[in-house]
Amino acid sequence: MSNFNKNYPKTKMIVPPSNTLIPERDADKLPVLDVRNLGIDFGGLKAVDNFTLTIGKTEIAGLIGPNGAGKTTVFNLLTNVYKPTRGAILLDGEPTAGKEPYEINKMGIARTFQNIRLFNEMTVIDNVKVGLGGSVKENLFDALFHTPRYRKNEKMLNEKAYELLGIFGMEDIAKLKAGNLPYGAQRRLEILRALATKPKILLLDEPAAGMNPSETAELMENIRRIRDTFNIAIMLIEHDMNLVMGICEGIAVLNFGQIIAKGTPDDIKNNETVIEAYLGRKENKKNA
Amino acid sequence: MATQINKPLEKTPISKKLLNKDTITVFIVVAFYAVYSTLIYTNTAGRQMLNMAITISCYILMAVSLNLVVGFLGELSLGHAAFMSVGAYSGSMLSVALLQSTAMPLYIRLPLAMIFGGLVATIFGIIIGIPVLRLNGDYLAIVTLAFGEIVKNVIINLDFTGGAIGYDTKAIYSTPKALLPYAAAAVIISVLLIINLAKSKHGRAITAVRDNKIAASATGINITYYKLMVFAFSAFIAGVAGVLWGHSLSIIKAAKFDFNMSIEILVIVVLGGMGSIRGSVIAAILLKVLPEALRAVDDYRMLIYSLLLILMMLFNSAPQFAKLREKLNIKNTLVYFKNRKEKKGGNVE
Repeated sequence: MSNFNKNYPKTKMIVPPSNTLIPERDADKLPVLDVRNLGIDFGGLKAVDNFTLTIGKTEIAGLIGPNGAGKTTVFNLLTNVYKPTRGAILLDGEPTAGKEPYEINKMGIARTFQNIRLFNEMTVIDNVKVGLGGSVKENLFDALFHTPRYRKNEKMLNEKAYELLGIFGMEDIAKLKAGNLPYGAQRRLEILRALATKPKILLLDEPAAGMNPSETAELMENIRRIRDTFNIAIMLIEHDMNLVMGICEGIAVLNFGQIIAKGTPDDIKNNETVIEAYLGRKENKKNA
Repeated sequence: MATQINKPLEKTPISKKLLNKDTITVFIVVAFYAVYSTLIYTNTAGRQMLNMAITISCYILMAVSLNLVVGFLGELSLGHAAFMSVGAYSGSMLSVALLQSTAMPLYIRLPLAMIFGGLVATIFGIIIGIPVLRLNGDYLAIVTLAFGEIVKNVIINLDFTGGAIGYDTKAIYSTPKALLPYAAAAVIISVLLIINLAKSKHGRAITAVRDNKIAASATGINITYYKLMVFAFSAFIAGVAGVLWGHSLSIIKAAKFDFNMSIEILVIVVLGGMGSIRGSVIAAILLKVLPEALRAVDDYRMLIYSLLLILMMLFNSAPQFAKLREKLNIKNTLVYFKNRKEKKGGNVE
């Protein structure tokens, strides 16, 4: 698996003013996501606490951690599905507090879901076109009477949608119902739908779940390709360490709602606390 | 892997435009009115058929508009008749006022009244929409049900609506023969508008909300806005149906627009298939014509409705039925025959 990373030089990571890692190439730009002391309580439980993270403009970042660590909760906080109890999120320098999830999407955060959430009864292309919808101006009058503006928009949407489907070579299944697609294609479609909303940062929640090694390898290439073509940041939650270590430039490790380690893949691989969180203490092994 | 899936239908292109499902829908509606008006204006139709012309049109309008809410938006609304009553009262009142003050002819008065009735119903749709649309599923159904009953009771207890005796519309009463062109126009325009809406960015957003609310909001769709829009638009069409209804009767009574009527419309929508405009049109026609044709079993109508609903649910969701439907699909059948023909031709060579 390690050969996936062959052609890609290791990113040099630097420490920006807010004291977290971002790639050196993004140093002179505003970080796309600047999260400070984010936290949420569910009753007495601090599900996420003191979550501080900065993501560079074109960084591929990873969020890992054992089951139940609060990774998906972080995604839900970033997209305001849950309202944070503490802390602030700056998207490209703008605070996202108090915004509705759809407004967050318009501001530039798009996401996929751990359990795939497609518009199952709609066709593949319509799923993408829903995502593209925000990019065209069309009022109810245009929609009801199919004015020239509607026709112009629709033509443009179709072209753009096929262009996007082309990324994953899904043009020939454009007219199928999304719910009838095989699992892997559904995951790819979800990524395309998120991309269609023109995000500044794409949040992928376990994109490789349920994929075999060759599909995972393909996915890795695609994630990189998406970053390079669209010049966006990507943050992903993943349990597949080959994928995480292979493409992520910065990794944050979450355990019991707290970040226990941050760094490059090499840092994380050798981090005692991380190994402990995943496998348990070394002493225990000796005693046993 | 993805490229292995091929759409079997694409191999045999049959004139796409002709078999387009929207074209068929519009064709069915236009054909229905063409036949119906020919029968009526050549006086071949019986009195019963003549009297039913406006009722059927109103029910088609109600069914397609409720289908917007139930089929496209995916929310259960049990108070649709209330919007119709609001439209009927406000439109008829405007029509009476216009007739008495300016003696305006029907061809200006009725369209004006329809738009006015529709707009008043829209306002009610928005008023009920704002608090209600934060609710989902069962809760929304219960509140819309209550809304329908409240509107009915308020109208009964107001003075200017004529109270329980009903609102006297003898002045604006028009014969079915006079009203049919307006009814046909209202139905055809509504069907066209709904089809257009469904194919637009807004229509896709509405269906997206139905399919997955969380994903829809994560994809930049303002769920509250679209819910409100659908409620308002659907109320407008229901209001127009109400105005038409008001002009075809000599008195309108609020008690008619009760829970039973809302359910009757819902039955039409479910029977026709949720999300299918064509289905709603056909089911509305059938469910209005059949009771007249089967007068003898009129007592059992509600019983037959419920049985039909259960059968329809089975037909829509049971896998065996789904397979059967695939088989009976017109398009697939045509493709099948065409393929067989080609195969035969190939063998001969």
